[in-house]
This record gives sequence, structure tokens and C-alpha cells, in this order.
Amino acid sequence: MTIGPGALSQRSDRDTTGGIGESTQRPDGHLKVTGEFAYSSDLWHDDMLWGHTLRSPHPHAAIRRVDLTAALALPGVHAVLTHHDLPAATHYGLEFTDQPVLAQDVVRYQGEPVALVAADHPETARRAAALIAVDYDERPLVHDESSATAPGAPVLHPGRTDHHAAHVPHPNIVHRQPIRHGDVAAARARAEVVVRGEYEVGMQDQAFLGPESGLAVPAADGGVDLYVATQWLHVDQRQLAPVLGLPAEKVRLTLSGVGGAFGAREDLSMQAHACLLALRTGRPVKMVYDREQSFFGHVHRHPAKLAYEHGALRDGTLLYVTCRIVLDGGAYASSSPAVVGNAASLGLGPYEVPHADIEALALYTNNPPCGAMRGFGAVQACFAYESQMDKLAAELGLDPVELRRRNAMRQGTVMPTGQPVDSPAPVAELLARVAARPLPPERPWADPAGPTAAPDLRELPGGLSNTSHGEGIVRGVGYAVGIKNVGFSEGFDDYSTARVRLEVVGGEPVAVVHTAAAEVGQGGVTVQAQIARTELGVTHVTLLPADTTVGSAGSTSASRQTYMTGGAVKHACEAVREAVLARARARFGTAAALEAGKVVAADGEVLATLAEVLGEEPVEIEREFRHRPTEPFHPRTGQGRGHVQYSFCAHRAVVEVDTDLGLVKVVELAAAQDVGKALNPRAVAGQIHGGSAQGLGLAVLEEIVVGPDGRVRNPSFTDYLIPTILDVPGMPLDILELADDHAPYGLRGAGEAPTLSATPAIVAAIRQATGLPLRRVPVRPEHLTGTA
Amino acid sequence: MRVTCTVNGRRQVADHVWEGESLLYVLRERLGLPGAKNACEQGECGSCTIRLDGDLVCACLVAAGQAEGADIRTVEGLAAEDGTLHPVQRAFLDTGAVQCGFCTPGLLMATDELLERVPDPSDADIREALAGNLCRCTGYEAIMDAVRLAAARRAGTGERA
Repeated sequence: MTIGPGALSQRSDRDTTGGIGESTQRPDGHLKVTGEFAYSSDLWHDDMLWGHTLRSPHPHAAIRRVDLTAALALPGVHAVLTHHDLPAATHYGLEFTDQPVLAQDVVRYQGEPVALVAADHPETARRAAALIAVDYDERPLVHDESSATAPGAPVLHPGRTDHHAAHVPHPNIVHRQPIRHGDVAAARARAEVVVRGEYEVGMQDQAFLGPESGLAVPAADGGVDLYVATQWLHVDQRQLAPVLGLPAEKVRLTLSGVGGAFGAREDLSMQAHACLLALRTGRPVKMVYDREQSFFGHVHRHPAKLAYEHGALRDGTLLYVTCRIVLDGGAYASSSPAVVGNAASLGLGPYEVPHADIEALALYTNNPPCGAMRGFGAVQACFAYESQMDKLAAELGLDPVELRRRNAMRQGTVMPTGQPVDSPAPVAELLARVAARPLPPERPWADPAGPTAAPDLRELPGGLSNTSHGEGIVRGVGYAVGIKNVGFSEGFDDYSTARVRLEVVGGEPVAVVHTAAAEVGQGGVTVQAQIARTELGVTHVTLLPADTTVGSAGSTSASRQTYMTGGAVKHACEAVREAVLARARARFGTAAALEAGKVVAADGEVLATLAEVLGEEPVEIEREFRHRPTEPFHPRTGQGRGHVQYSFCAHRAVVEVDTDLGLVKVVELAAAQDVGKALNPRAVAGQIHGGSAQGLGLAVLEEIVVGPDGRVRNPSFTDYLIPTILDVPGMPLDILELADDHAPYGLRGAGEAPTLSATPAIVAAIRQATGLPLRRVPVRPEHLTGTA
Repeated sequence: MRVTCTVNGRRQVADHVWEGESLLYVLRERLGLPGAKNACEQGECGSCTIRLDGDLVCACLVAAGQAEGADIRTVEGLAAEDGTLHPVQRAFLDTGAVQCGFCTPGLLMATDELLERVPDPSDADIREALAGNLCRCTGYEAIMDAVRLAAARRAGTGERA
């Protein structure tokens, strides 16, 4: 048997020696560059079968009949399952239990799983699925706010019992969050300038590269071992156990290599299906989605329609903002309620706004389900409020950076939820940093040899397609800044768990760190090892595979893992350190610290080596770590201390646009971000660069196009365009470290904020270059040429 | 059918290959070489980039039968026999060009091929050469750094592949 999830179980010190603050190398880096790192799609087991999912071709239909005869008769097929074969619970979900494991009598979106096949070859499984005859009766669908809430609209989830059902104005509204702040009517009467705008954000996909995949192995005790790429092992386990009809301890999960996540692995995809097939056949079952299955197999970023009104004095001082944000949640709830909470509470941006009326809501429609994606509700709002700030600046004849500076939030600002911002909020400083950078040279395609030389086409919009030699090219510069919450909000009991053992191996002290935190590429494993080195004064750190034999780490999302699992590792290490020092004090009468493998007294005198004090008796301690408690937002007023921490990033974008063809080239995308404390500066830079590139994608490339018929037009990397290395420019960074005293080491979650402001900065630059109003992202060529 | 080829200097035989299988499937599922990755299986992402008789190809677009008799090099063959990392592998680690790492094997193969052809590439050369390899984590900045570093180190040591 070959299973490779233990990729990190070896010592992590091959390349790293440093503690926090150093750009130490990834403990999994060597395996990743040699091709040995075992991703979930690389797993293999003797005797394993391949699973495949049959999905609905219709966005809304009744299922009249399913005939499995031909599929079951295909040689090599071992099982075909429908909802009739489910052993226990039939539905699951992150917030509401509203999503069928397999469709029963109705499908609510194109791509909904209907049946499962296990076969001895993946192609056999695909062919068997194609032989399943499903008789559908298509139903009218709802695809936007007006169709979902029209009189007589089909109610997608009748008889809702979820905790938001009682508050929503219509059963096709998943959740609605109003926020009332100050007195907008009075403020409006004083306003000297008012700007209004309506904006739209398309449906973005996380488009991680490593497809949904995993291996389910039936166990002798009647349970199942699942090796899988996920963002949160324990929430998968919590949803799987009822579906499989097993106690949680018989549903054991181990993280295998994760090829990116960005929110798309927070919901279940193939987990329950692979386990069901494995338990039915008694054989290990591997499932690997192809790219089209992946597009249908995970939630996306909510598309949004946003209407804003900003009122200000002539000097630019903001008096009030009203906004209404309508998010399309698609067929199932996923994490829509929390996305609504974010969109509402962060809907004004990082500004002082004394009066505001805010409303955010998510719809149930027959479109693909939407849920978590990097930025989580804050991305959509940021595009709209930053577009408004530019519009207001233009109306006032003010520089857009100056207008933002005059209204910038700072420490002590009160959010529209009534929550004061109680740690540094250097919004004006971040904008000043990006604004102070020298601009990239004009006409970079021109050959320095002289005006008659041939231009370097690669520096032009359109590139080697030879669409321009410089004619029709205009340049623009745009700015934006955003605010993102860190950690789980609205009263959620958010915690992480770490178990740390300090022991002697081969005469050397070794820290063994065990958490269930999902490493998805961000480098959580790197900083966990750094923290252990710093806290315990050791060089060698072993990271055990993340699994469900240790307590939950919470999700690798919400920019929270360095804060939360980093915090848990820190706390566990501190407890281990105290225990070791107590042991040393019993022996030497004194002991103050662990440094470089030694136990030292307060005056620095070396008392003994750590190995001597530990001897044959390791110290092992498990700790849970919680951030400060938060409160739910009031259902009518939106008031409440709902967030833990805020994260800020600013961008300046420089673009060149071919106005004849509508082609955009982003020439430079500079960012400035406060991260509180960079535990690993190189990894932090990687997060800012990666997040900025995804914001660039939303600005000019990326959209899952869903027609009014509820059908997806482009479920492939041929037609859904993520930025290539030709599309992403140089991205100079300024990283600030202004400590948040409430957080471990003063750190501030960093992964999401850069995804917010990149998009509006780029669109602002395109507006400046072209003079076009541009109220929708992604911006397409036809929006720039007037041929839309 | 049977497919016989040389992979990373070793003769390999795959039996019971179904005619519709790709070279990527044969490498990953029949020869135990999962280093080439399966991110799109339609030639768009470059995660399965390998060398086929020296040419850079997407293994997902090569029918298994086309590999008969071919000389194939995958990411598993980049490091030296004694485990010493190839300079391009080293540079990707040193610059932080690896996050989730799913694109890394393909990018390593493409970078190695670029530096063979163009030892001192300009930034525009690098971007042009790597345009077929998608990365979703890094925003490509660290990858640019890695290629520049690998080129500089190659020049410094006078190494030629």
C-alpha cells in the first residue's frame, strides 16, 4: 500500500534553521520541487477503484425516473449509487443542512450530483455514468433578484427551518443583514455633493490547480479513512459522519497534499461520495475531478449587484453612505450567511462615515452555488465603494488619493456596526506609500535605439498577437484601498488546537508539532515550525501530518491560520517551556529560559542542555487557542462587536489600453499592506502577490458566465481565463508591521486584503486611461470599444 | 497495448494500456511517476509539462501510443542521482516560488528548457517562455525571481546543460 499524506512527517529542518521573522524555507519545498510531494490526486492503493459523479445537465428539474441497468451491466463497474442508497442523513451543509448528498426528486442547479459510479478504470466509470438514464422534467427557474422574489416565484427550499428563516423577507432570500448607523436623513439634508452608482461583479472561480480529489479506504472497524485535500478536516468530519451513519471517531480524515484552495475547499465536494462508494464496495475508492467537474463541483465567489449613494461636503468630508448589496448565492446556502455579514459590515470601506444605511442579502437561485472565495463578501463591496470614491473625487475636482486621505479610517474609528477599531489602521499611510512610488517608464515597448526601431511587441497590449505597434495606446493610473476582517466573526466560537511534544532524538532536542491545520500552499507549516523554534529554542521541528486525531484547527480561511493555529502552537509551546523550566528549577533551583538548545538562568548562565533536562521523559501538552469573543450583528440594526481584527491593503495600478481593440495590459500593480508582524516575510510577500494577481483576474479576465437559462458557458481553462505570467506585471510591495496588541506576536492576517483593492485600482486606471465609466467587472474588450 | 519508452534514463514498460489513455495517465497511474500534474487535462495549464525527445510538451495532450520508443524526462529526473537538486529546483526554493506547488513541476521543466535555449533571458523572454504554465498562488513574481536567479547562477558557474 502506498499512501502519501505524511509528506511532512519527516524532519522539517533540512533547509530551515530560523525562528519567527526570518524568511525560512518551506518544510515541504524539497518534496514539491522533486515531484515527490503526494497531492490528493496522486494517492494510490492496491485494489482501488475509481469513482465518478453523474451531474444534472439542467438548472432546475424534477427527476422522474433513473435507470441504472445499462451502467451496472458495463464490465468493470462495481457499484452505482443514487439517493436510494444513502444509509443515513441525506443532506449536509456548512451553515444550513440544505444540500442533498445526491439529488432526490429535484435538481436545483446545473451540475448537481445525481448518481455515483465506482469502476476499475476512470474511463469505465465515466462511460458507466453516461449510461445512466435519467428522465428529467424541467421546471421554471429563478436566476436573479426579480425572478427569485416575484409573486408566484418557485420557492427553492420550502419549509425552511434554518436560523435565518424567520428574519428573511422572502423564502428565496438566504439571509439579509441591515445596518443602521447614525441619521442618514439628516446627513443627506446637509450634503453638498451626492454621487450615486450601480455596480456589478461577475462570478469568479477560485481555480486552484490541484483538482478535488482523495482516497477513501474502508476500515476493518466498519469505519473509513479518508485522505483528502480540504481546508478544514473537522468540518468535513462533522458533515460526513451523519451522512455515512457512523460515529465521528469512525470517520478519520488525514490531509493529503493540497494544490491550492482559496475558499473552494471549504464545502464538501467528493468527500461523502468517495466514502459512500468505498463503504458500499468494500474497496478503496479514489476520486479525481477533471477541470469541468471541478468547475461544477465547488462553490464560487458570489456575483453581486451593488447600488451606492455617497453624500459629502465640498471639502470632500463624507457625511453619509447608503448601499444595497445583492449577492447571488445560487441553489444552496453554503457560507452565504457569513458572506452577507461581511459584505454589510465592511460595505463602507476603510473610511470614517458618520451616517449609513446598509443592506446586504444573498439569494437562492438556480445558478451555481456560491460560497467562500478569498475576500469573502469584502471583494464585491470594495469594487463598488472604491468606484464611488473615484466618482466623488471627480465630482469635487479632488485628487482621488487626497479624497481618500481626508476620509481615511484610523485607530479609534467606529465601524457602522458600532464597533471601534482598536488597533492600528494605517489607511492613509498605505495610500501614501503606493502614491509615492515612481511611475514605470512611459512607452516601455519603444526601443532605446531610437524612434525608428521596431517596438518590442511583448510590452504592448495584445503582445505578440501584433495588434498594435503603439498606436491607439493610452495609459492610466488608479488607486484603491480595502478593509477585510480576520478570523471567524459574528459570535462564532473560533479556535485552534495544537499538541506539542519536546523530546530527545539522537541526543538532540526535537519539537514535535501536531495540528489539524490545512496547509493549502500558504506556508502555515513553515510558520508553525518557526514559532516552535522561537518559543522552545530548538533547531529541529517535526510537523506531524494534519489529521482528526488532534482537535480542530478551524478553517484555513478568513486569513486566520497564522493568527489561530500559530497562536495555538505558541500557547502549547509556552506551556511546554514552563513545564521544562519547572523541571529544571527542581534540579538547579533556578531556570529562566530555553535558548539554542540550552536551559539558562535569568543572568544568561547555561544550567544544562535541554537534552539533559528532558532525558527520557518528553513533555507533551495540548492547548486550544481562541481569539477575543465576538458578537452576532443585530438582525435589524446590524449593531454588534462582530469582528476580531481588520486587515488593510492599498494598490496603485498602472495600465495601458489599446482603445481600438479594447485590450488592457496592466503595466505595474504596486501594493502596500500592514501585516502587524511578518512571521515569514517572503511568505507574506507571496500572499500579497498572489492575492493581487487574483484581483487582477477579476478586474480584466475572470468570470464564470452563466446565462439566464442557468447554464454555465465556460467550465474549462480554455474559456475561463486566469492570469498567465504575461498578464501579471511587476508588483512592488511596501510591507508595514504595526503591531496589533491583541494578536500573537502582534500579527495581522494577511492573505485576503490584497485581493480586494487590486480590482478597483485596475479599473480606476482603465477609467482614467479611457474616460469610460465602467461599472462592471471583469472589464471586457467590448466594454472599452463600445461594441458591447 | 504495451508502451515501451525511456523515462529519466530508465527503460519502462507499461502493459494493458488502453488506447485512449494519455501519456500523462501512463506516467502517473501505470509507471508510478505522479510528478507531472493533472490540473486541466486539456493543454491549457502546463502542469503536466515534460520533455518528449527533448521537446517541451503537455503530457496530457500526448496519446500514450505516441510515446512508444520515446525518450522522456519528467520532474523526477531533474535532480542528480545522489539527490542534489538541479539549479532550477534550488532557485525555486530559494526565492519562494513554491507555494501549493502544483504548477511547480511543469514550471521547472519549462524553465530548464528556456535556460538551455536562452542562457541570459530578458524578463520579456521569461514571460513569453512560461506563458503556458499557470500558477494560481504566487502571482508569478517569485517565479520571475527564480528564473532570474537560476540564470545568474548558471552564468556564474559557467554551467551549460
